[in-house]
Amino acid sequence: MDATLRDGMRAALPLLLPTLLIGVSFGVAARSLGWGVAEPIVMSIVVFSGSAQFASTGVLAAGGGLGAAIGAATLANLRFLPLGLLTAPATRGNAVQRAFEGQLTVDASVILATDEHGNVSRGLFIGATIAQAACWIGGTALGAAVDLGSDGSEIGIDVIFPAFFLYLLFAEAHGGAHPYRVAAGGALIAFVLIPLTPAGIPVVAATLAAVLGMGRRR
Amino acid sequence: MSTAWTLIGALAVINFTIKAAGPVIAGRRELPDLAQRFITASVPALVAGLIVTGTFASDGKLVLDERAAGIGAAALALVLRAPLLVVLVAAAGTTALLRAARASCTAHGLSERLRALV
Repeated sequence: MDATLRDGMRAALPLLLPTLLIGVSFGVAARSLGWGVAEPIVMSIVVFSGSAQFASTGVLAAGGGLGAAIGAATLANLRFLPLGLLTAPATRGNAVQRAFEGQLTVDASVILATDEHGNVSRGLFIGATIAQAACWIGGTALGAAVDLGSDGSEIGIDVIFPAFFLYLLFAEAHGGAHPYRVAAGGALIAFVLIPLTPAGIPVVAATLAAVLGMGRRR
Repeated sequence: MSTAWTLIGALAVINFTIKAAGPVIAGRRELPDLAQRFITASVPALVAGLIVTGTFASDGKLVLDERAAGIGAAALALVLRAPLLVVLVAAAGTTALLRAARASCTAHGLSERLRALV
């Protein structure tokens, strides 16, 4: 095995139990909509995006229709456009191969694999995604097949990812000049937009704060 | 076809397209310098956006709940230069404890009695 692929898996290690448990909670949520066992598992494989999957099942659970569910999930995933541009240099081959490698784009993998100059390590990126994918799909299967009667909120699972991102922000301030100024700007944009726009938009709009850090790092 | 399978099929196609776009557009050519600098600089903004929405957003509303205390504990641990695992346990543990405390207050009608006192 490529050493950096293993490094990627190791870097994702603290996220594996939370990913598994969030996968379980997705399986439980999907079954509560009256879905069978196969549907949530297939969805976690072919859609492979927790935020989009929860956005769509959330809409359905609240009584929304198919169109609204598709719209909510699409908005939730628009951030993969800027994330995809960031990971582009780490992909290989022709357009078709790059399109498929782009499917490995997961928030935590991209952020983990990006250094302060914006370079993405291919091994870290792919390794971290493989480890998380196994837990996401496995967790979904577990939650869909066995009703564990919990979504993990009792043990605070839902704050693991924000806390992990906070750690990455402090431990390795990424990207361009003035990363903290840019982060503060992004946070402010997200705060303002959360009550005003559909879910998904605040994160995408937050990236506009990048204009605060486009000067060259000295 | 059932709603579930239609939804899964539609999202698989949409999601594939979104995730493929970046690598196909920018994979084999250099982006203009300005675009490259914007993308590189956007990482902290994106991370901050994910932190804020994951901590303060709930059903399209801005809320202050146990998650904020958990992230506050994580920030404190970070300031004290704690290792990653300690940061994560501080966040989840604080959130879990406060949720348990609130659940037990609700179960014993404490919140109503406290509210009557105020």
